[in-house]
Amino acid sequence: MADLSTNFLGIQSPNPFWLASAPPTDKQYNVERAFEAGWGGVVWKTLGEAGPPVVNVNGPRYGAIHGADRRLLGLNNIELITDRDLEVNLREMTETKKNWPDRVIIASLMVPCEEHAWKAILKRVEETGCDGVELNFGCPHGMSERGMGSAVGQVPEYIEMVARWCKENTDLPVIVKLTPNITDIRKPAEAAKRGGADAVSLINTINSITAIDLDSFAPEPTIDGKGSHGGYCGPAVKPIALSMVSEIARNPDTHGLPISGIGGITTWRDAAEFIALGCGTVQVCTAAMTYGFHIVQEMIAGLSNYMDEKGYASVEDFRGAAVPNVTDWQYLNLNYVTKARIDQDLCIKCGRCHIACEDTSHQAITHLVDGVRHFEVIDAECVGCNLCVNVCPVENCITMEQIAGIDPRTGKPADADYANWTTHPNNPAVREAAE
Amino acid sequence: MSVERRSGTISAGRLSAEQLRENFCDLHPPMNPHEAAVEADRCYFCYDAPCMNACPTGIDIPLFIRQIAADNPNGAAKTIFDANIFGAMCARVCPTETLCEEVCVREVAEDQPVRIGMLQRYATDHLMETTTEHPFKRAAETGKRVAVVGAGPAGLSCAHRLSMHGHTVTVFEARQKPGGLNEYGIATYKATDDIAQAEVQWLLGIGGITIETDKALGRDIHLRDLTADYDAVFLGMGLAGVNALTAEGADSAGSSDAVGWIADLRQTTDLSQVPVGNRVVVIGGGMTAVDAAVQAKNLGADEVTIAYRRGKEAMSASGYEQEVAATRGVHLRYNLQPKRIHAENGDVTGITFEKTASDANGKLSATGEEVTLEADQIFKAIGQSFVPDSVAAEGAALTLDGGRIAVDDERKTSMDKVWAGGDCIAGGEDLTVVAVEDGKIAAESIHAALSA
Repeated sequence: MADLSTNFLGIQSPNPFWLASAPPTDKQYNVERAFEAGWGGVVWKTLGEAGPPVVNVNGPRYGAIHGADRRLLGLNNIELITDRDLEVNLREMTETKKNWPDRVIIASLMVPCEEHAWKAILKRVEETGCDGVELNFGCPHGMSERGMGSAVGQVPEYIEMVARWCKENTDLPVIVKLTPNITDIRKPAEAAKRGGADAVSLINTINSITAIDLDSFAPEPTIDGKGSHGGYCGPAVKPIALSMVSEIARNPDTHGLPISGIGGITTWRDAAEFIALGCGTVQVCTAAMTYGFHIVQEMIAGLSNYMDEKGYASVEDFRGAAVPNVTDWQYLNLNYVTKARIDQDLCIKCGRCHIACEDTSHQAITHLVDGVRHFEVIDAECVGCNLCVNVCPVENCITMEQIAGIDPRTGKPADADYANWTTHPNNPAVREAAE
Repeated sequence: MSVERRSGTISAGRLSAEQLRENFCDLHPPMNPHEAAVEADRCYFCYDAPCMNACPTGIDIPLFIRQIAADNPNGAAKTIFDANIFGAMCARVCPTETLCEEVCVREVAEDQPVRIGMLQRYATDHLMETTTEHPFKRAAETGKRVAVVGAGPAGLSCAHRLSMHGHTVTVFEARQKPGGLNEYGIATYKATDDIAQAEVQWLLGIGGITIETDKALGRDIHLRDLTADYDAVFLGMGLAGVNALTAEGADSAGSSDAVGWIADLRQTTDLSQVPVGNRVVVIGGGMTAVDAAVQAKNLGADEVTIAYRRGKEAMSASGYEQEVAATRGVHLRYNLQPKRIHAENGDVTGITFEKTASDANGKLSATGEEVTLEADQIFKAIGQSFVPDSVAAEGAALTLDGGRIAVDDERKTSMDKVWAGGDCIAGGEDLTVVAVEDGKIAAESIHAALSA
């Protein structure tokens, strides 16, 4: 069986599966249940500075979007950082770490942008025996209105400054949690690195309104007829998270910076994808909040099975393996020609491929052949776009296959050699260079 | 046990009121909103959907299911009623397993079609329960008057569509209540809560339609008069005749037509007063045979057998209907052709069948081997026929084809100003949904003729 243990910033974890800083990690009771279930670590729900704790709304905190059969696809929340007394949290963190020495506890922190505030909280959390700190520069709701959370994460200079304060005031590993509510994710990551942060974690939640109630005309979740944008997470955000992680992983200025991946991770496969993009650990929240802590057993077994099948002894064996394959559009091989192929034995004749192609794309799939309902790709029209593959309800019924020889659509031979946009004759930059 | 005491006789009250209530409750309890949402999500919204093409009335099934999924059940119902004004009853009685659901791509994919019939019922019930306003508007009065003969699915479908177009319709019904086979010919457990009458009343909500009951064609009204008095006539009087059994002793007491018994059952207000035999044999292989057999069992008959003269595959009752019968404890026997009904003192005591065999061409022949079943009640469910007496006065003017009224594609008969549809016309399957479509097509044709 593969070894799932990880060493992230010198922090040993029995597996890469951590619970993200969120409601599931707000109390010793929850965290110990998580450890019993098998989670490798937790990032404790974000602590604020000493004094009267923040308060939460007393109406609904979550909104959601659902797929078929009310499967939860996206969750949004307007909950703030922990609303429990700092001393209670610190005491419980200490006890939990004592009870579970082989598991990871990271303290998530969010205090005002003043050095003394960070210094003060760092001193306190060091006493708990926790393994590291995560700076919450991500939460997009509530705290951001008070100059914290994503208000910091959206200004690279602040990120750098606070990261530096923290590195100067503690020996604990410092992880900077990034907000996705920004144009270019590389900038805050670079700033974190400049400030001396040991790692980044991403993504935090995305600004969102899940729905508008069409009777009350209020956003959801609705508090007494009003709503505020919340932070969006869950399976729906995974593609956004993967892209942002990949940008940091392949950016020369941040390449090699340790990453803890977050964003819609629900199964072992999601986790493995983040690891393949370079993440040393992954953090999970929505899946646990939807199904409970037991899901980690599926993740452990699934990842282990995958690694055994591939012959990977540890996650390091494939960590980052996908990073070299993330490139710019301009470097994609324009001589790679594919056509859709429909497996007639698997086809259930729903016709979705046809209508998607007919109405919205390239008119490249038949509906009738000799008067009989039959769906077949017309190679002379097919641009290889993959839409039919995506809308087909039957897995592997439609596949994209590379063709050799003449492309019936263009009448030109598919060149076996690699060629991209940078050298394409239609590229104005190329034409200028030729003049 | 009380059943023993009554064995060997045709008697009422075999079961307690509670048992009867349970046995005659809805065959398929309606879906709740959650079930409907889950099931609606299974629909793939196929292009040129096979289900829609398989529906005789051409309901836009993917659209109505998508409307259910999008939490618009009344909109879904409107989509259904647009194509089939008897959508609520058809949701209950359509043999969906041989129509829309048989060709559902999920049937192809996983032997588990989207439950279209149940979703249709969910939507149509929802509209009828939550709105009082009729969903269709009558066009401006045209001043044209149309007579419809028969207040069954064909006649009322025609009447409704004509009314939508602004024509004024008088429907003549031979029986005391409108509804036709929906009211008189369907098993009680398929049409609970007086749904047939409720649907007729709902349908009449469009206005412009008057129903006159106890008016039989050829007796109280006559086709020639109708053609003289009205701008057009639609004939939808169904099949009034029952095929005769040629076995010896067929007229013994205890031997009767299933059609009449099913009608009586539907009209009774107290099921404990309906007599049934202890050992019942139903002769036939269609839905009527199943409806009679299952209800005999439901009333407390000890042994119920359906005897069909051909093989299982030839049975016109669908596989699903046969399964319902078998599940309820009905014994299905095939390749048995009735020969003699035995009676003592005029009462049925049994029936002797001759075994049959089909040759390679499907031709049926008797093998000579006999089987005798004890029985105290025998129901004949061997088909119904059109009784031409009602239009005999018109003579050759109204062309028949194979004993039923001949029509063209628009359901126009050989007689000027006369259209026909439903079971009384030649060709097509004798299904409610087909009758509804006949009425609709005829109405459009009549409207076109009256607008010309």
